[in-house]
Amino acid sequence: MPSLILTRLRQGKRTLPFPETEPVLPERIRGLPVMDHARCPSGCTSCADACPTDAITSGGNLQIDLGRCLFCPECANACPEGAIRFTSQYQLATSSRNDLVLTEGEALRLAGRLAEQTYRVLGRSLKLRQVSAGGCNGCESDVNVLNTVVFDLGRFGIQFVASPRHADGLLITGAVTQNMRLALEKTYQAVPYPKIVIAVGACAISGGPFRDHPEVLNGADSIVPVDLYVPGCPPHPVTILDGLLRLIGKIKESRATPSS
Amino acid sequence: MAIGLSPFHSGEPVPLRSVPDLSIAEFRTAILSAVSSTCSLAALFGMPAGDRLVRLIAVVADSVTNSLSILSTKVGESYPCLTLECPQAHWFEREIAEQWQVHPDGHPWLKPIRFHAPYRTSNSLSPAPVAGVTDFFAMAGEEVHEVAVGPVHAGIIEPGHFRFQCHGEDVFHLEISLGYQHRGVERALVGGPGKRTIHLMETLCGDTSIGHATAYCEAIEALGSTAVSARAQVLRGVALELERLANHTGDLGALAGDVGYLPTAAYCGRIRGDFLNLTAALCGSRFGRGLIRPGGVGFDVGKPLVAKLQERLEAALKDVEDALALLWDAPSVQARFEHTGTITRETCEALGMVGPAARACGVERDIRQDFPSGIFRFAQIPISKWHSGDVFARAWLRWLEIQRSGAFVREQFASMPDGPILSPAGPLPADHLVVSLVEGWRGEICHVAITDADGHFAHYKIVDPSFHNWMGLAMAMRNQQVSDFPLCNKSFNLSYCGHDL
Repeated sequence: MPSLILTRLRQGKRTLPFPETEPVLPERIRGLPVMDHARCPSGCTSCADACPTDAITSGGNLQIDLGRCLFCPECANACPEGAIRFTSQYQLATSSRNDLVLTEGEALRLAGRLAEQTYRVLGRSLKLRQVSAGGCNGCESDVNVLNTVVFDLGRFGIQFVASPRHADGLLITGAVTQNMRLALEKTYQAVPYPKIVIAVGACAISGGPFRDHPEVLNGADSIVPVDLYVPGCPPHPVTILDGLLRLIGKIKESRATPSS
Repeated sequence: MAIGLSPFHSGEPVPLRSVPDLSIAEFRTAILSAVSSTCSLAALFGMPAGDRLVRLIAVVADSVTNSLSILSTKVGESYPCLTLECPQAHWFEREIAEQWQVHPDGHPWLKPIRFHAPYRTSNSLSPAPVAGVTDFFAMAGEEVHEVAVGPVHAGIIEPGHFRFQCHGEDVFHLEISLGYQHRGVERALVGGPGKRTIHLMETLCGDTSIGHATAYCEAIEALGSTAVSARAQVLRGVALELERLANHTGDLGALAGDVGYLPTAAYCGRIRGDFLNLTAALCGSRFGRGLIRPGGVGFDVGKPLVAKLQERLEAALKDVEDALALLWDAPSVQARFEHTGTITRETCEALGMVGPAARACGVERDIRQDFPSGIFRFAQIPISKWHSGDVFARAWLRWLEIQRSGAFVREQFASMPDGPILSPAGPLPADHLVVSLVEGWRGEICHVAITDADGHFAHYKIVDPSFHNWMGLAMAMRNQQVSDFPLCNKSFNLSYCGHDL
């Protein structure tokens, strides 16, 4: 017993004061990209050619589809001019798929609160069922982390529950394989109305690195309507938490300007 | 070394024409005699050989002579199975049958493992399989009942289907049916390497991004005669051991949680993140995405960063020791861990289990010792093992490995060689084969790359450690209670996506 108490004291309080205080993230984290086509040599398509998921449109204003982006270093490495670089900005979640298509110079329109009626029902207590449907276990791991003392998801009234019947919505990871299609459909049907769907990670948004494999359906919105898109491969836990808190109105500012 | 085998080393490219092409009888005899002595089956797979034939290729690893042997044979519609005499071949032969519609005659348990349409059609064409719909083993009798779980589970975990044959609370048998995560990774690699290849390696099993990316890079570096600098090899080794530290710590926390011992569960959940964040400090990604690249590593570390990492490593190692001291001192925890989910050494060896699960049965099997590559040729990590084969052994083994991986990373940080981090990767030679082995945190990772006449991948075989070990989990559940399943499952913590590919 004394060792238990001593250890408790030594381990200390580790919960991040988020969202009140900005989190300290790894210096090399690849968050929101910034683009500057003025630096592009004429006719150069190196970044687009290097992109493993064809997320980049070059020629004129640069455009990155964050829903496809793996936030890998390939495009930035391919560009000797620095026309694309990743910032440490972690706020990336959006309410619509189109908002993830980020055009140079434009701000990313971050996710807003749930529609009024749904918010009134779910805003203060949100129970989610997680469905893993053909990914790599990376997103699952970093969603799971939200349950640790570091993020302490429960203090926001959000909880992962064991059954879709107890849930207000689904949090889906993975590209949705042919083999998970039926299970995902049935799980969605089992959730009572009003229900929401959150797609976490490049796979669940666009198929990610498995996009266009005949074995996958290129993401969750091929099967169910999605209310929140959290891009990344996998997204940092803070990015996921930020998205969830926007959905329930606990974080309000709505635009992320790629200027840091 | 058994007759018919010509040994070579891990990471040594072999011209395809020098791979022995045996008759099926010779092929079987060579494998059976090798496996009955000191060898294990690292891989056994089929690839198309034209004219409605399939070429079976076996990679046999001898951990005593530290050499590999490769042999092949051509089969048509069927061949006499190996599984009856060599249970290690069980899952491999199911995979071959599913992919290539080659019937291993006499296979006692021939069912799909991933539920996909076959890669070639034959006369015995069966309808497209539906995931989880198969002929499950069943028990009959009074008070016998069946418990079915999944594919969608109660926690935040990957999908799989489990069928327990029970008598009251006692489990007589557990059958595991996977394939829900099957997303066609191996098939997508054929014709590569291309710009997506390294990303598929990093995401075929996301919690083992470093392990699989390293196995891939070592394979193509061997094929392309690319020399990797000492500095890059050190950084790869550090990343591999950080991956092990993070996952072992997370598993121990989860095991504590599964027996309701919350202090260690809470602390380890956080400390796991501290190790992941060390990897993120190296390359920006908690899972090491972007770090391992053909020819070396994608990120360098300066002296100030190394100093910071050293400090954080020591803090995390101290914290994990502290958190686990509570676990080992709690009699209520030990009472649940000991004698739960026991696997005998004989079962372990017969199934060809790998990694911590095998070492927890007293089997001395570790790629870092038996087939070392990269920095592990110069800096040896002593092998850890325990004898009791139960949940306690699998937990305790992780703690032993945490200490040794910690010491290794500490040592590497203290003596980082100078030099470049990335060398240009050479082109791949035509018609060659290479086997690459890496000890990932779950165990033996085996990649086999085979190039075609143009130097592209004609075939790329991935064997995740989970592929060897899922049957081990099924065996561990025999004569246990249903309520022991979460604990047994977590003590293995196998990969669904790495298996399903």
